[in-house]
Amino acid sequence: MSAFRVEVRVMPRAALLDPQGQAVEHALHALGFGEVARVRMGKHLVLEVTAGSRDEALARARAMCDRLLANPVTEDYDLAVDGGAAR
Amino acid sequence: MKRVAVVVFPGSNCDAETLAAARAAGSDAYFVWHRDTDLRQADVVILPGGFSYGDYLRSGAIARFSAVMGAVAEHAYAGGAVLGICNGFQILCEAGLLPGALMRNARLRFLSRPVWVRVEQTDTPFTSLYEKGEVLEIPVAHGDGRYVVDPRTAAELEATDRVVLRYVRENPNGSTNEIAGVTNAGRNVVGIMPHPERRDAPALGGQDGARVFHSMEARHATQHAVDVRAVDDRHLRV
Repeated sequence: MSAFRVEVRVMPRAALLDPQGQAVEHALHALGFGEVARVRMGKHLVLEVTAGSRDEALARARAMCDRLLANPVTEDYDLAVDGGAAR
Repeated sequence: MKRVAVVVFPGSNCDAETLAAARAAGSDAYFVWHRDTDLRQADVVILPGGFSYGDYLRSGAIARFSAVMGAVAEHAYAGGAVLGICNGFQILCEAGLLPGALMRNARLRFLSRPVWVRVEQTDTPFTSLYEKGEVLEIPVAHGDGRYVVDPRTAAELEATDRVVLRYVRENPNGSTNEIAGVTNAGRNVVGIMPHPERRDAPALGGQDGARVFHSMEARHATQHAVDVRAVDDRHLRV
């Protein structure tokens, strides 16, 4: 068994209104960053997972996302293990 | 007299008013702690408003895994009446007992003020004493009240008359189809964003919310299969 660092990125589904992202976008425009378009805002979770292998850590993290960390109605997620993109 | 269990989560803050409103309507109402797994033969279960678990992760996301929720789901699957108010609605959605989800208000601001809702359906245990089409003034108090469902589910909710309350005059939070409350396919589980327990007496500025609780007591309200038990060949209400 070894420890893996799993990073989970949870984002509001692209088709849905993201008022927080919009508010940040407006603030950036107000500060003169006119080149910014379509800011989206989500969550970033970092988990330390003990598992027998990298694949096992990923599978467990995926199960955590499906059960708790992301809402399938409104959010999408992706995962990275130990810094390497895995999905 | 209906037995009404008001579930208390860490962070619930409308539990006392909800209990008082149910009692004022004549119910035998009592609190059930979120760690309990026994609803004590409730006829009706209410998940009250508040900020269970600080709304961490998502509103209702952690509360839905509380020990008591297994019993709530069992009660709901047996046809028992369940009402989620505000945070309770969010918990029912997270638990999959109602479709959809409640997201951050479209204009971000936390809303705590009266809104107007139209009663769309009166064949639920919580709206049977209203007239269809009646407009009620009831307060909301939420930051995450924007009801979201995929277009297919939204169409299905409309086609099967499962939108129970709808915002009128304005859409305060950007909800899909102005939805303020929905019911499940069995029509025994209802979730609403407005707080009827905050409008059930003239001293509170009006009593448009009172009939939510009186409906539970009404004769034609949905009865729980477990309400009736055969004892010596006679059926007794427990």
